[in-house]
Amino acid sequence: MKKDNLIISKKKFNSRLIVGTGKYKSMVECAKAIKISGAEIVTVAVRRVNISDTSKPLLMDYIDPKKITYLPNTAGCFNSDEALRTLRLAREIGGWKLVKLEVLGDKDNLFPEMIETLKSTEILTKEGFKVMVYCNDDPLMAKRLENAGAAAIMPLAAPIGSGLGILNKVNIQIIRNQTKLPLIIDAGLGQASDATIAMELGCDGVLVNTAIAKAKKPFEMAKAFKNAVIAGRQSFLSGRIEKKVMGSASSPKKGII
Amino acid sequence: MKKKIKIKINGKVNKIDDKTKLSDLFKNLKVPLKKVAIELNREIVDKKNLNKINLKANDKIEIVHFIGGG
Repeated sequence: MKKDNLIISKKKFNSRLIVGTGKYKSMVECAKAIKISGAEIVTVAVRRVNISDTSKPLLMDYIDPKKITYLPNTAGCFNSDEALRTLRLAREIGGWKLVKLEVLGDKDNLFPEMIETLKSTEILTKEGFKVMVYCNDDPLMAKRLENAGAAAIMPLAAPIGSGLGILNKVNIQIIRNQTKLPLIIDAGLGQASDATIAMELGCDGVLVNTAIAKAKKPFEMAKAFKNAVIAGRQSFLSGRIEKKVMGSASSPKKGII
Repeated sequence: MKKKIKIKINGKVNKIDDKTKLSDLFKNLKVPLKKVAIELNREIVDKKNLNKINLKANDKIEIVHFIGGG
C-alpha cells in the first residue's frame, strides 16, 4: 500500500495528529504526552525570557526541535502587526518558516479576526513563510486564504479550549470539497471521537491541545487521540456505506428455518 | 566611574554602563543565545552582530523564546 503521509509544504509526516504544548502541569508531562501521541509537529508560543532567572530549563530542553517539528504560533495576538512581529521573531530563533498564524478578535470567545488574518497571510507568504492558518469554518474565507498563499487551512471545530467538538460539519465538508490544501481541524475538540469525525470528513489532520493537556489522564488521552486519528483516517479511506432510511438485513434470507 | 544609563529589557528598567556592547550584556544575562531571538527598539537583531552594537540610554530590548502553547 502507498504510504499515507500528511504533506505540508512538501514536508512529509507520518502522524496526522498535531498537538499543542500549552496547559500541561509540567514540561516533563508535556514531553511524555507528545511522545505517546506520536505527534511529529507541535505548536509552541513565543514569549519573553525570564531574565531574572535564566537557569530554568527551556521547552527546547525537553522537546528536541531536531526530532519534532516546532510550529511557532501567534497565540495572544489581536492584530496583524503583533502577529507579524511574533513570527518574524520566531523565525529568528532558529530559521522556522513553517508557522501557525492565529489572530484573535475577541478575548472571550477567541474567534479568529479574519480580516487581520487574511492580511497577515498575504504578507507572511510574501516574506517566504509557510503559513498554516487558524480560521473560522467559513468556506468563502477559506478560499481567500488559499488564494493568498496559505500552506494549510485550519478551521476551528469550536471555540479554542471549549471541547465542544465539530459544530458545523457541513461547512468543514464544503471546505474539504473545494480545496486540495492540507485541511486541519484546529481548536475545540473535546474527546477522541471528535478527532475521528474530523478525519472521516476527509480532513488531513487535527490539532489538539486542551483536550489532551486538561484530561484527567493526559497520557491515556494522548493515546486515545492517536488511535482516533488513525481510525478516522482508515475509515475515510475505506469508503463508507451509503446512508439509508430503512433497514437492510445483514444475514441472508435464504435458508431460514 | 563609568556613566550609567537606563535601558529596558523585556519591559523592566535596568541600569547598565553607557556604551555596553549587546554581546557583553548577553554574557551577563546568561541567556542561551541559540534558543532566543532579540529585538532592539522593535528591530530584530542578527545574533552574529551582537558585538557591533553599543547600547544607549532608553534602548528597549526584547528577548523571546519558545514556551508551551496551543
